[in-house]
Amino acid sequence: MSERILSPAAGIAPPRGPGAPRRGRSPISGSVLGLVPFTAYILLFLALPTLLALGTGLVDGDGAFTWTNLAALGDPVVLNTFGNSLWLSALTAVVGAVVGALFCYALIGAKPTGVLRTVVDAASGVLAQFGGVMLAFAFVATIGIQGMVTLWLRDTFGTDIFADGVWLYDTPGLILPYLYFQVPLMIITFLPALEGLKPQWAEATAMLGGSRFGYWRHIGAPVLLPSFVGCLLLLFANAFSSFATAAALTSQGSQIVPLQIRAALTSETVLGRENLAGALALGMIVVMVVVMALYSLLMRRAARWQR
Amino acid sequence: MSGLPQVHPGPTRLTRWIIVVVIGGLFLVPIAAMIEFTLRRGLEGGYDLARWAELFGGDGLTGEYKPVLTGLTNSLLLAVVTVLIMLVLLVPTMVLVRIRFPALERVLEFVCLLPITIPAIVLVVGLAPVYSVVARILGSGVWPLAFAYGILVLPYAYRAIQANLRAVDVVTLSEAARSLGAGWLTILLRVVVPNIRRGLLAASFISVAVVLGEYTIAALLNRVNLQTALVIVSKADPFVAIIFALLALAFAFALLIGIGFIGAGPRTQRKVRS
Repeated sequence: MSERILSPAAGIAPPRGPGAPRRGRSPISGSVLGLVPFTAYILLFLALPTLLALGTGLVDGDGAFTWTNLAALGDPVVLNTFGNSLWLSALTAVVGAVVGALFCYALIGAKPTGVLRTVVDAASGVLAQFGGVMLAFAFVATIGIQGMVTLWLRDTFGTDIFADGVWLYDTPGLILPYLYFQVPLMIITFLPALEGLKPQWAEATAMLGGSRFGYWRHIGAPVLLPSFVGCLLLLFANAFSSFATAAALTSQGSQIVPLQIRAALTSETVLGRENLAGALALGMIVVMVVVMALYSLLMRRAARWQR
Repeated sequence: MSGLPQVHPGPTRLTRWIIVVVIGGLFLVPIAAMIEFTLRRGLEGGYDLARWAELFGGDGLTGEYKPVLTGLTNSLLLAVVTVLIMLVLLVPTMVLVRIRFPALERVLEFVCLLPITIPAIVLVVGLAPVYSVVARILGSGVWPLAFAYGILVLPYAYRAIQANLRAVDVVTLSEAARSLGAGWLTILLRVVVPNIRRGLLAASFISVAVVLGEYTIAALLNRVNLQTALVIVSKADPFVAIIFALLALAFAFALLIGIGFIGAGPRTQRKVRS
C-alpha cells in the first residue's frame, strides 16, 4: 500500500498524457513542483500515520521487530471482540442493505431535483456520515431507560423492553443505532445504481411482451446485483470501522474492536501486552482491505452498465 | 423521457408513498424522541420549553455548560481551517493533474478515496506520535487538528470537486487562457475556479459537516471539539447535550439541503465512479 501512496512523487518523471509535453510553455519540472505540497501533506498525515499504526503492531517496547504482538490477535478476548465486530457489521449491513434498497426502489421515478429527493439525499447524508455521537444520544432518548419508546411501550402495553437487563449499552444495543446510519448510507450509495437503469430497457421489455416482474427478474436484478453486493460490503466496512456511536453509548467494556483500540491507547497495557493498539489496528486494516478490494472489484463490474 | 407509463419499472404512486412514509416515519422516531426528551418537565411530568429558554435566554452557556461553548468555538475554527487546507492543497493539485498529468488521475483518485479504507480509529493510532511532534512545532492549540481532518474530508471533497471538474473542459479553457498570456495562478484563480465554484461550494459544505460531527480523532488525541464536549456534558446534563445534538444535526441537514440546491450534489454524484 505504501508504495502506491508514494507513487505520485515517484511516477511523475515522464508525463505520459498525449500531447502533454508540447502543451505548456514552462518546463514540466515546473509543474511537478505544484504537486509537491499535496504529496507532502498526504505523506505526513495519511501515509506516515498509517505506517506508524501498522508498524507499532510489529515492534516491541524497545522498537525491535517482533511478531509477538500479533499473537495477541489470537487471544480469546480479542478473538471474541473481533467476532462481535464481525457479526454486528454483517447483521447491520444485510438488514441495512435490504431496507435501504427497498427505499431506493420507492424513489425510482421521483424527480432528482424534486423536494422528496433533495430532502432524502440531505437527511441520508447527515445520518450516514455526520451523526456519530449524536445518534447515540438519539437512541438514549428513544430506547434508553427513560426513552420515549421505552416509556410508551411500558405505559401502553405493559411491556418492559429491558426486562432481561439493560441491553442498550451492550453490543445488541448497537444494532438499532447502527441501522440508523447503515440504511441512509445504502440509500446514498445504491440510488445512483438504480438511476443507471435505462428507461429503454423497460421499453424494450414491454415491446417484447415482458411484464414488470419479468423486467426485474431478467434485467433489473442481474444488472443491479454487483452494485447491491458492493454496497453491502461498503456498509459492512462502514459498521466495522465505526467508533463514535459505540464510544458514546457504551460507557464500560470493549465489546467491539474500535473500543478495544481505545482501551489499548488510553491504558498502556491491556491483557498484559504492549503495542496492542497497533496489532488491533493491523487486524482491522486486513479486514478493511479485503472488504474494500472486493467492493472496488464489484463496482468495476457494476460500472459496465452505467456508461 | 421516463418511458411509457405502463412499462415504468418503478413502483406505483401508492406503493412509493407507503414505503417512504413507513421507513421515513421509523427514521423520524429517534428525532421526535430527542425533541420530546428536551421538552420534558422534571418529575411532575408534562412538557414546556424551559430547558431551551434556559439555554438561550439569561446566562446562556456558562458554568457547567462552558465546555460546549469551547467545543463549538473549536469546531468552527477547525471547520474553517479544514476548508482552507482542502481548498489550498487539494484543489490546485486536482486542477494541475487534470491539465498537465492526466496519467496521474487514477493515482490521485486512489489516494483521495483511501481514507474510506483506513478507519479513523486506526489512523489515530499513528496520528498520536505524529501529533506529539506537531504539538512541539505548532503549539498544543486545537487548530493543527485540522490537518488530520483534511484527510478525513478528502473522499467527500474529492468526489464533489471531481464531479464538477469532469463536466468542465478545463484543458481547453486553460490552453485558451495560456495563449492569451495568462500565468498558472491566473488560470487557476480566474479561469478554473469560477467554473467549478459549485463543486468547491459543495465540497466546503460537506467538509464543514464532517468536521462538526467528528469525534474519534479529537477524543483520542485529547482535544476538545463540539462532539467530545457534548459527550462530557451529556454525563452531567443529558438534556443540554441532546439540544445541541439536535441543533448540530439540523445545521448539517441545512448544509446538505444547500448542496442539493446548488445542484452539484445529488445530480452529478452518479457520474462519479468509485
